[in-house]
Amino acid sequence: MGDDALVLSHRLGEWAGHAPVLEEEVALANIALDLLGQARVLLSMAGDEDELAYLREERAFRNLQLVEQPGGDFAHTIARQLYFSTYQHLLYADLAAGDGPFAPLAAKAVKEVAYHRDHAEQWTLRLGDGTDVSHERMRLACAELWRFTGEMFQPVEGLDADWAGMEQAWLESIGAVLGRATLSVPEGPRTGAWSAGAGRQGLHTESFGRMLAEMQHLHRSHPGASW
Amino acid sequence: MATAAAHRTAATSAYGAQDTADTAAYERAFDAAVAADERIEPRDWMPDAYRATLVRQIAQHAHSEIIGMQPEANWITRAPSLRRKAILMAKVQDEAGHGLYLYSAAETLGTGRDELLDKLHSGRQKYSSIFNYPTLTWADVGAIGWLVDGAAITNQVPLCRCSYGPYARAMVRVCKEESFHQRQGYELLLALSKGTPEQHAMAQDAVNRWWWPSLMMFGPPDDESQHSAQSMAWKIKRHSNDELRQRFVDICVPQAESLGLTLPDPDLRWNEERGHHDFGAIDWTEFWEVLKGNGPCNEQRITQRRRAHDEGAWVREAAAAYAAKRSGATGPGGTATGPGGTEGAQA
Repeated sequence: MGDDALVLSHRLGEWAGHAPVLEEEVALANIALDLLGQARVLLSMAGDEDELAYLREERAFRNLQLVEQPGGDFAHTIARQLYFSTYQHLLYADLAAGDGPFAPLAAKAVKEVAYHRDHAEQWTLRLGDGTDVSHERMRLACAELWRFTGEMFQPVEGLDADWAGMEQAWLESIGAVLGRATLSVPEGPRTGAWSAGAGRQGLHTESFGRMLAEMQHLHRSHPGASW
Repeated sequence: MATAAAHRTAATSAYGAQDTADTAAYERAFDAAVAADERIEPRDWMPDAYRATLVRQIAQHAHSEIIGMQPEANWITRAPSLRRKAILMAKVQDEAGHGLYLYSAAETLGTGRDELLDKLHSGRQKYSSIFNYPTLTWADVGAIGWLVDGAAITNQVPLCRCSYGPYARAMVRVCKEESFHQRQGYELLLALSKGTPEQHAMAQDAVNRWWWPSLMMFGPPDDESQHSAQSMAWKIKRHSNDELRQRFVDICVPQAESLGLTLPDPDLRWNEERGHHDFGAIDWTEFWEVLKGNGPCNEQRITQRRRAHDEGAWVREAAAAYAAKRSGATGPGGTATGPGGTEGAQA
């Protein structure tokens, strides 16, 4: 969960200075900051946040392949956000309702994620039901990321959640939003032989290594330094 | 107070009545309001040149905030710790927010954000010359916070008392956040300066490169500043460029000492008689070159800004088309957009 938040936050940070409108500079940075905050809490529960973020190799990261997908155009960013924040909202709501070690964090974060989800849904509607160009771009983005969505509901060791129930709720929610956005639910498998549970096992897509190289290079260039 | 009342009355009755006698009366009321340190508000009468000067200055200020995101955003993906990354992201986000406040302030003068952005993109309006310098190391992020934001605050704090109300109020909010950024920049440099020898050298190198460009942020010397006299008479500006520059140098010298860093000026020394620091000559040739578009990053900054705008056009068009469909559809499905739907286009 910490790796998901860390990696997606990084990807959103790449938008700074490149967003289509100033309001989105603010919104995307805001979401990135929320996720980074969650990542810091979660990584700190597992050890030293900077050691975990900056000194692990690609094969040791456990994030979903979905969140490491490069930004692409704004539609890809929104589709990635829609898929992930819907999932994250369900997961945090589930964890917040329990009394496990993640309940306190989840209770706080679920409010942030509700906002992320709303933001992604609103933009899915605007792009899907906007112009012909935006409709086509949104359709393409949703279809291209679809194969990474099955991984989210592979049970995670140590996380006691209703995975099957969440998957059902996710499918219903995404179906409803895409429907309102005049888009259809993408066809094709939600997991491939390779992508099912792969990120969770440290098997990533090719762009992830370059993302880590950029993220880690300065920290690794000065071993032991404090910042 | 009487002057303000007279001024407002003159302004409200101004519509439609354009004869010269009235104009002279409005001018007197305006001058009296400015002289009495009262705030001019959007619906008040104001001289055309006052309006034009404010539009130019506020727009340039807004443009500086959004172009200024680039040199710092350049390091977001490489920030060396998660804490620093969070601080930097928050700062760049604040800058976008400052840009929004300032465009709103400019809009109260009868212009539009799209029009102003268009002028920025076509080079008809400027942004601060400082953002045409590159961020080459992580320490540059600290130097920008300490020196560039420090210079900006020195410039902007007096603007909190500027005669135009919306601008003054925007500055109050902006200055609070800027001084926070400045402290963070100072603290970043301090961590480097007290860190490893490599980190210390990185900090010193950044200060060496940013010091002179920061002094140039106060603008040309007083005898070459074309807008100064009028702006001071209108109380848009409260102090001259050289006064503010001197104030900034006097603030920075002890801060540099406590940072354990030196300022790259062999002529910098305390002058007992003046009660100020003397400092060396600024390279005004470089300043004018950068202003003319020949700085290290002018081309790159404006190209990136234009590209973000152009590549985002389809997104803004989608938002507008969606909003138009919603406002047209008042049938039973009208609530289908859910909460926030009526807020319409964020564009």
